[in-house]
This record gives sequence, C-alpha cells and structure tokens, in this order.
Amino acid sequence: MDWLASNWRTVLDLAVSHLYLAGVPLVVGLVLSVPLGWTAKRWSRTYFAIITSAGLLYTIPSLALFVVMPLIVGTKILDPLNVVIAMSVYTVALLARTVADGLTAVPDHVEQAATAMGYKGLRRLFGVELPLAVPVVAAGLRVAAVSNVSIVSVASIVGISQLGDLLVDGYNRVIWGELVTGILATVLLALVLDALIVAGAKVLTPWTRAAGGRA
Amino acid sequence: MIRFDGVTKQFPDGTVAVDDLSLTAPTGKITVLVGPSGCGKTTSLRMVNRMIEPTRGAIVIDGQDTARMDQAQLRRGIGYVIQHAGLFPHRTVLDNIGTVPRLLGWDRARTRERSRELLERVGLDARLADRYPTQLSGGQQQRVGVARALAADPPIMLMDEPFSAVDPIVRDQLQDEFLRLQDELDKTIVFVTHDIDEAIKLGDQVAVLRVGGSLAQVAEPAYLLAHPADDFVADFVGRDRGYRSLQFQPSPRLPLRSERTVVLGERPGEAGSAWLLVVDEHRHPVGWVEPGRVGDRPVEDADLHRGGTLARADGTLRGALDAALSSPSRRGVVVDDSGALIGTVLAHEVLSAIEDTDRPERDERDPVRGGAVDVAGEQA
Ligand SMILES: Nc1ncnc2c1ncn2[C@@H]1O[C@H](COP(=O)(O)OP(=O)(O)O)[C@@H](O)[C@H]1O
Ligand SMILES: [Mg+2]
Repeated sequence: MDWLASNWRTVLDLAVSHLYLAGVPLVVGLVLSVPLGWTAKRWSRTYFAIITSAGLLYTIPSLALFVVMPLIVGTKILDPLNVVIAMSVYTVALLARTVADGLTAVPDHVEQAATAMGYKGLRRLFGVELPLAVPVVAAGLRVAAVSNVSIVSVASIVGISQLGDLLVDGYNRVIWGELVTGILATVLLALVLDALIVAGAKVLTPWTRAAGGRA
Repeated sequence: MIRFDGVTKQFPDGTVAVDDLSLTAPTGKITVLVGPSGCGKTTSLRMVNRMIEPTRGAIVIDGQDTARMDQAQLRRGIGYVIQHAGLFPHRTVLDNIGTVPRLLGWDRARTRERSRELLERVGLDARLADRYPTQLSGGQQQRVGVARALAADPPIMLMDEPFSAVDPIVRDQLQDEFLRLQDELDKTIVFVTHDIDEAIKLGDQVAVLRVGGSLAQVAEPAYLLAHPADDFVADFVGRDRGYRSLQFQPSPRLPLRSERTVVLGERPGEAGSAWLLVVDEHRHPVGWVEPGRVGDRPVEDADLHRGGTLARADGTLRGALDAALSSPSRRGVVVDDSGALIGTVLAHEVLSAIEDTDRPERDERDPVRGGAVDVAGEQA
C-alpha cells in the first residue's frame, strides 16, 4: 500500500489510458457490428461467412495483431492507434455474432407486424429491431468489455502505456505492491465498465422490467 | 372493393398454397376466409398487402392493381391484425397504437390524441395507456392490436385469426365488440379464421377454402349453411348446421303463454307447478326455483337455477329454441327488448314455427348482405 500511496498519480494516468484503449474500441466495434450483424441476419447465406470470419479474427494472438497493425494501416509503430484498431477488430469479432443473434431473436409476429405497417430499412432497424436486441447485445458487450480490458494489458510489450505496465514492471523488478495494484486496478476497471454497460442497457429497456407486473 | 383475380401462389419449394382464387371482398363488408389449417388463408391475406407476391393473377383494390403500387404506401393504408397481436414489446400501449400515424409523419401531439381516442374506442381503460404489452391480458393485447390497425383510419383491414388465442368468453366479447365497431366504421374487411362458427357469426360473406388453396364456395352465411355446394363444404360447416342456420331466421309471432312468477325475496305462495319463474322488481327474469324446496320462506339468490337462456321476442328461432331446450321447466323464457318478461314458449311450438318457415333461397352469385346476424342468447 506504501507503493500505491506514492504512485497513485501514475496509476491514475495509466488507468485513464487503459480505459481509452479498451473503451473506444468497444464503441467503434459496436458501431461496425451493427451493419455486419444486420447483413448476416438479412441474407441468411452471408450469416455463416460473417460469423466464421469474425470467430477466426478472435483467434489471432493479440501481440501479433499489435505488431502487424502498422504494416496494414501504415501507422507508426508506437502509435496507440494500433492498439485501438486491433481492439476494435476483437470487439467486432465478438459482437458481429451477438448483434446478428439479437436481431434474429426478435419475435416473428413482431417482425410481421412491422412489415405489415410498412416499416423498412433504417427506420425498421433503429425503431424496432435494434431496441428489441438491446438485452442480447448488452450481454455480448459485457463480455467484450471484460475481454478488451484484459487483452489491452499486452500492449505494454509493444510500448503502449496502460495498467499492463504495472504488471510488467512489478514482475521484472519484483515490486509486490506494484504488481498487486496492477491486478486490482485492471479488475476494478473491468467492473466499472461492466457496471456502465448494465446501467446503459437498463435505461434503454424499461419494458423488460415491466414484465410480470400485470394488473 | 378488393378483387382477387385468378390468384395463384406457388412457393419456391413447390407448395401451391393458393390455387386460382377469384373472389371479391365488397367495400364496407366483412369477407371471411375459412378453411382447415394449411388451406392458404394466411397466404391469401398476405398477398393483399404484398407481404407475399402472387405467382399468377392480380389483386385489385378499387380498380388499382396492387402490383403497381408502392409497397410501403400500400401497407400503411391497410390495417393488419394478427393472432398474437404482434405488439411491439418495447413500446407502451399508446405508442403502439400511434405507430402508423408516426410513420405517416403525424406530429407527436396529434398522434397521442388519436391514440387515446382509439384506446377508448376499443373499450380499454385510459389508465392502460402507459403500460407495456407484457402487462396486458391476451384480450387486452388483442384490443390494442385492433386499435393500432385502425389508427390511421385505413379503409381496409386484414385480420388473421385475431381472436383465436384468447379464451372462449373473451373471444365472444371481442367478436361482439368487433361487430359493433364495424357497424360504425364500415371498413372493407378480410377476416381469416379456421373456426366456422366465428365465420358464420362475423361474415357478411363467407369463402370456404379447401386444402390446396382452391375456393370451395362463397356465399352469405345463411345460404352456406342451407346449401353447401359439395361434401367438403357440408362436412366443414358441420353437423349442427341445421340448428345453427336457425340463427338467421327471425322468430315469427310465437304463441306465448303467460307465466306465473315470484319476485326475488318474496314467498313463492302455493305451488302451481314443479318450477316457478323468478323475476326482479323490473320483471326481468333472473332464474327458476322449485317451490317445493323453498317452502314458506322468501326466495333467495342461492335457490335460483340459472341454466336457462333468454330469447328475445324480436330475436331468432335459434334463440327461441335454445331458450326452451335450456330451461329446467322446458318453458323457454321470452323477453322484450328491454329485457322484461313477456311470456314462455315450448320447444314443440318453436318447432312447428320452424316447419312453417321456408329455407332461405338466394342466388349464390349475388352475395348481398343476408339476414341480420342477431344472436338472441343472453344468460338467464
Ligand atoms: N414460405 C413458405 N414456403 C413454403 N410453403 C409455405 C410457406 N408459407 C406457407 N406455406 C405452405 O402453404 C400452405 C398454406 O399456408 P397458409 O397460407 O399459412 O395456410 P393457413 O393460413 O390456411 O393455415 C401450407 O401448406 C403451408 O405449409
Ligand atoms: Mg394461417
């Protein structure tokens, strides 16, 4: 605890970077997953291709992705953007399927009613299908958030600072205080992000809590 | 007017769901499509708003071929009600009802006002406005479904087994209110059901489809019951069709006998017969008692036998016969339109009245509206 008392400013800075590196990709990945998931649902023939490639993306080791990212997108080697893009790829890998499944889970009679009333295109997606997919998508987003927070730690190896630095440094120099702080701070960050997603989903789905309150 | 003009639908897997269907649904009338499961009712209905495109033939609305109309625009002019209501779970009752007006670009205030008006119109409490669909009973959901379909006042309504998933008592209520609503609104309605009783009750015109999607017969309900075109239709309209057809026969002047009564809460007096009719202070019949069992004390609510139905003097022969058959005394109770007792009638007297009546003879190809569908069967 002595260690934390004298280094809390550094820890805070690292935590902010960590949040940025894990959180921004979450938003970017979600935005990209919507059209992908929608396509997979709309044209069932594309479902397999989209879901399989997304699954394969997730199997690429994070270190490899961080290292090759500058070669693919032409960024500098120490650019945090490399990590943001790579993490976005992982997020899409997890969420494309979630969005597709969430959209597919909209009850058939609701889809029919929407069609019969002349709902189509974006208005249908944003007015009917996505709102109903929120519970499923939020569940996927929670998994992606925790996964992102943990994977981002690896970026220390390619020189991008975040809470992972505490783990690497604490391990190398055998500073227990630093090591434990790194672990706890990472876990705490994951919990905070998770709580934010749960709260956001709650605000977006008042109707799920109305169930059962029949009078 | 909706005209099916030689319409065929063959699905990509080869199934012929609808086979050369030609049929006219007249403006302001209820046309019921009825038939066993899988006979192509839903497919036929969905071809009207082009949720399914016909393989051959055309569907023409007021002279306009639907194939040449803009799909979304066509649909917004057609109300559609389905079995499980298909309400949007994430929208409140009021927002569900306002869906089509919003799609048509109405502003929020006008939409809400219209939605509230419809909520009342379909018989729902204004307090339900801010509930979500999961907080409603099946019957209430179905009413919201009807209100939503009516919101933008479309001239046409398509209804696919809208009352099939609710319990029989609620269904009966919904049917009665639906008829009352249609009396005011005069929509052109195509109504799908597999229930012949519902078809007979609701239809101005009933089209019977057979499996394979071909039209077996189209006629007014009374004509259909009296003159099934073939064995399939005869079989489908059922064994009780003779009895059921009586509901289209207005009662002639029946020989009513006067009935000795006792007012609820008073003593029966000397026993004249095994059963004595009990009325309330307005002479509305409330049930029968056995004076022998009551003895010398006042008649209480618990003494009443309530099994008998009431027939209206201006009702149908079905109502009169049912009143006689359901009465424990075998004397059918007949009331006036205010519900007050006029007299009683015996089953054999109704039967002779039936024998004196002709069966309905009408030209099947000219299905104008038949006898009033007036079921005189309230519970006594
Ligand atoms: N999309 C489809 N593809 C193939 N066959 C279908 C499809 N939709 C319906 N059918 C078939 O068409 C026939 C008529 O179906 P439907 O119109 O739903 O009947 P109903 O509403 O009278 O029960 C059935 O045999 C059904 O299996
Ligand atoms: Mg059907």
